[in-house]
Parts: sequence; structure tokens; C-alpha cells
Amino acid sequence: MVTMSMSPNQDYAIEARDLSFYYGSFRAVKNVHLKVVPRQITAIIGPSGCGKSTVLRAFNRMNDFVPTAHIDGSILFHGKNIYDPDVDPVQIRRLIGMVFQKPNPFPKSIYDNIVWGAKINGFRGNQDDLVEETLRKAALWDEVKDNLKKSALALSGGQQQRLCIARALAVQPEIILMDEPCSALDPIATLKIEDLMRELSKTITIIIVTHNMQQAARASDQTAFFTMDEDRAGLMVEFGATQQIFTNPKDKRTEDYITGRFG
Amino acid sequence: MEHPPTALQISAAQVESIHSRLKKRPRHSENLIQAALFIAGAISILTTLGILYELGKEALLFFASPEVNLLDFLTGTKWQPSIGQFGVLPLVNATLMTSFIAMLIALPLGLAAAIYLSEYASPRSRKILKPILEILAGVPTVVYGYFALTFMTPLLRAVLGADNVQIYNTLSAGLVMGIMILPLVCSMSEDALSSVPHSLREASFGLGATRLETTLKVVVPAALSGIIAAFILGVSRAVGETMIVAVAAGSGPNFTFNPLQGAETMTGYIARISGGDLAYDTPDYNSIFAIGLLLFLITLGLNILSRRLVARYREVYE
Ligand SMILES: Nc1ncnc2c1ncn2[C@@H]1O[C@H](COP(=O)(O)OP(=O)(O)OP(=O)(O)O)[C@@H](O)[C@H]1O
Ligand SMILES: [Mg+2]
Repeated sequence: MVTMSMSPNQDYAIEARDLSFYYGSFRAVKNVHLKVVPRQITAIIGPSGCGKSTVLRAFNRMNDFVPTAHIDGSILFHGKNIYDPDVDPVQIRRLIGMVFQKPNPFPKSIYDNIVWGAKINGFRGNQDDLVEETLRKAALWDEVKDNLKKSALALSGGQQQRLCIARALAVQPEIILMDEPCSALDPIATLKIEDLMRELSKTITIIIVTHNMQQAARASDQTAFFTMDEDRAGLMVEFGATQQIFTNPKDKRTEDYITGRFG
Repeated sequence: MEHPPTALQISAAQVESIHSRLKKRPRHSENLIQAALFIAGAISILTTLGILYELGKEALLFFASPEVNLLDFLTGTKWQPSIGQFGVLPLVNATLMTSFIAMLIALPLGLAAAIYLSEYASPRSRKILKPILEILAGVPTVVYGYFALTFMTPLLRAVLGADNVQIYNTLSAGLVMGIMILPLVCSMSEDALSSVPHSLREASFGLGATRLETTLKVVVPAALSGIIAAFILGVSRAVGETMIVAVAAGSGPNFTFNPLQGAETMTGYIARISGGDLAYDTPDYNSIFAIGLLLFLITLGLNILSRRLVARYREVYE
């Protein structure tokens, strides 16, 4: 794994510079500047359709699979623009993992779900240890340790989502992107995932998109608030420490949104 | 105690009208449609049973005749009704050979084409290619038969030497049969692959898998039951295919494992005899029902096998 150097221009785990994102001729996001602090949790909030998922997926080039999509600006990862033509998007996704809105475990056993990603990434170590270690990190070990060969699809939604997090961890990424990871979960499962994120952020950088204001306020260190302009193009209104955004927002639009006066 | 005011303070007449609205209503058109659907279902089942009954009855006649016994029928390697030799193996062997050759072509190419269409082709080329494939699947098989005879056989003779390849041979028929079945296998496998949820592909890509890894290790396993079903249906089509083998494989029972020689298949034999002018109720004539029954049992067995395999390898998603 590449170690994070702390030279002045690399104080950020990943950085969007003047990022604009297009689906065909439609500009979904414009001129985003976003500096993500390493080993912290950064939340992206904002109304539906303002481009939160688009920005998040730009960070590990998951948008490559949309044929009409293209970007302007750059995303710097260890000082390198990940959209440079000589960058391999597969390697980017190994270092920047993703957890999706709907839990999507493979239709395989719990064990194989964990090992799968690690194996394609050339993992040579002890698989049993890897499974136990990552399931413990994902706070799932105690619930499934006796059923590792059982199908992952037999788990509850919250367990499946923690398995998906464990699966992402097994590849040892530097950053994990989460797109509304709790929207299909009940409050208790949600709190479990939030505790887990807090624990993980000791070693990993997390960027999370959420619609849940309390979640952003509770679980994140930094918050970026997005909205749309008249052309439905998303833009970042305000970005700062979560504490400041929620108690003392600088922009009127941020204040209206977090106090529920939006739209 | 005072009752709180409620919105439900309504007159007896209103209650009456609500009750009448709740009354069960006869839905004649619904019942009619249900009955029609039931009849349609029943007809298809009854005709199948009727065919089976007829097949079984005539086959019994065949096995009842003095020159025939079941063991010789199933294990004999000579089929010469004129001298009372009724060993079905030459016909079965030819059917298996043509089918095997056909599947050698249709399975790998069909699956590869399906993978290309579902995982690699752009939406635009898929839109063009898929209908073409489905049209190909509709070409009458007699056309394929003459394609085998007038194109594939001369080609084989040119490549392998005219002395080695008979005019009628199972290789040519099998190859063309493979081409005929390919669109079916491809189209069904493609359906199975593209019904794998997009979220599984995203999960795989998100872990840093390449497109090939995603295809081979996530999508194909998740679609395996559908792919196996496509394969088995392809095999059933091959075993039951008649026109291509009747035209190109040869019209004489021949117990050989050499695909460059002519050999008559079960279906080819049935087609020839039922088209000819043999007297009814001779063992020769009745034999085609016995062979038909055997063919039916083989296909039935394949279908049962496919259901087993599908249930066994099902990687259920959602
Ligand atoms: N694959 C796509 N093709 C074309 N347009 C898209 C595509 N994906 C998203 N968009 C558009 O881009 C804009 C931003 O979408 P995005 O999914 O990023 O919003 P979001 O902020 O995540 O919304 P939500 O909170 O509802 O998830 C929307 O106007 C959407 O219609
Ligand atoms: Mg979204």
C-alpha cells in the first residue's frame, strides 16, 4: 500500500479541482473544488439530483461505464490526476473502494464474498485470517462466525451492508466511498454502520453521501453542501467542518437546507 | 364520559349505500377469460398425452411382433429390417454423433457471442445484432440442409480430400446443425446474462475487477442456471433435428464412429420411412414409432437433467 506522505501539497487524501461533469451535453455538476482530509469522514449532502452520486463516483471512475459521461477539471490522488490517459481505472478502484446504496453481496457464501476481491487483487496470505480480520473490522464477525459458508443473501439487509463494507476492506483501500449506505436500513443498523465508520476512519478516509441530516451531523468531520442552479447543474455551496456547517453556516442556502426550509 | 366528535356520524341511508357498495359483484368477463385460459392449457396437455398414447400403442405393436425383442432392439448394432435385424444402435449413434458435433460448435461460440453481446457490445451494436440473431434462428432448417449438402460438404471434401469424405457424412450435417443452433443458444444465454442485476457488476468493478474478471467470475456464475438451460435446449434441438440430417447425413443405417462417412440418424430414418410406401402394420413401419418413443424419452431425460442442474447451480440473486 502506498503510504500517505504529508508534504504540503499532499495534505489531502483526494482533491477535486474545478470538476465539471457532463452526461452527454447535460452538465450535471459544475466547478466543484473539494479537498478531502485523510482519515476523516467527509459527508456530501444536498437535495436529490444535485449531483452527489455523480461527484462520489467520479472519485473512483465508476462513471467510466456511462458511455456519454465525461469530465472537465481534475481529481488529484497523491498528486496525480486520475483522469490522465495513462492512469488505469482498475488500479484506481482497488485503492478507492465503494459501498453502494443497496447492499449488493455476490450470490456466493459469506466467506467467498470477502475473499473474492482480495484474490483478484493478488492476495496470497491466509484466507481464513483475512476473513476473520475484515469481518471483525466490519463488526459482523460475532454474528456470522458460525455460518461463513452460508449464502450472503441469507443475511439481513444491515448485515449484508456490513458484509459489503468488509468486502471492500479486504482489498485494503485507502479511501472508501459510500453512497447512501444506510438508506435501506433501520435506525439500529444505521447506528452500527456509523460506529463502524468512526472506527474505520482511524486508518481509512471515508466519503459518504447521505440524505440524513442527523447522520451527517453525527457521523462526519467535514461536510460539503451541494445544490442546483437554474439549469439543474449541481454545485458546491459550502464546505467546512461539520460542526461549523451545522451550527454556523455561512451561506443562506445551506442554512435553509439543514433547517428544513428548502424548496 | 363524553364521546369525542367523530367524522363518522352518518345517516342510516348512507350506511345502507355503503353496504350495498361492498356487495360482492359477479365478474362474468373475468370468469370467462379464466375458463378460456384453462381450456387452452388443457388442450395442450391433452394433445401431448394423446401423442404419447398413440406413440406407445404403435410401439407396442412393434415390440409384439415375433421378429423383434426389446433387448436386441436396444443393444443390436445392425438395423436391417428386410432380414429381421432391428438393432437401433446405428441410428442412435448417428444421432449422438451429429448432435455432439453440433454442440461442439454451438456451445462455445454461442456462449462467447452471448458474452460479447451482453458484456462488451455497445448498446447500439446490441440493438442491431440481437434482432439479426433472432431472424437467423427462424431460418427453415431445410435451407440449412441444402447449405450443408451444397456448401459444407464440398468445402470439407476440398479441405480433407474427396476420397476421404463421403458425399453424405455426419460431420457436414453436424457442423451445419451447430450453426443452426448457435443463435438459439446465444440468444437464450444472452437473456440469462443480461438479467443479472447491474448492481453485481458494480460491486465487482468497485473492488477493482477488470471487465473480464467481472464477466467470468461474477456474471457467468450468476447466470449459470440460465446458461445450462440454454445448452440443454440446444442439445434437445440437435437430437430432434430432422431436415438437415435427412438431407446431408446420409440415408442408410451405418454403425460407424467416422464422421466422414454417411450414417442415418433416428430422425432421418423416421422421415424416410414415413415418406416412403411401406405397408402399414409391418414391423418395418411400426419401428418408427418405437424409435420415436426412444427419441421422446431421450429428450425427456435431457429436460429432467436440465431442471436438476438448474436447481443445483442456481446462484440466486435477490
Ligand atoms: N447515467 C446518467 N445518464 C444521464 N444523466 C444522469 C445519469 N446519472 C445521473 N444523471 C443526472 O445527473 C444529475 C445528478 O444525478 P445524481 O445521481 O448525481 O444526483 P444525486 O445528488 O445523487 O441525487 P439523489 O440524492 O437522488 O441520489 C441528475 O439530474 C440526473 O438526472
Ligand atoms: Mg444519489
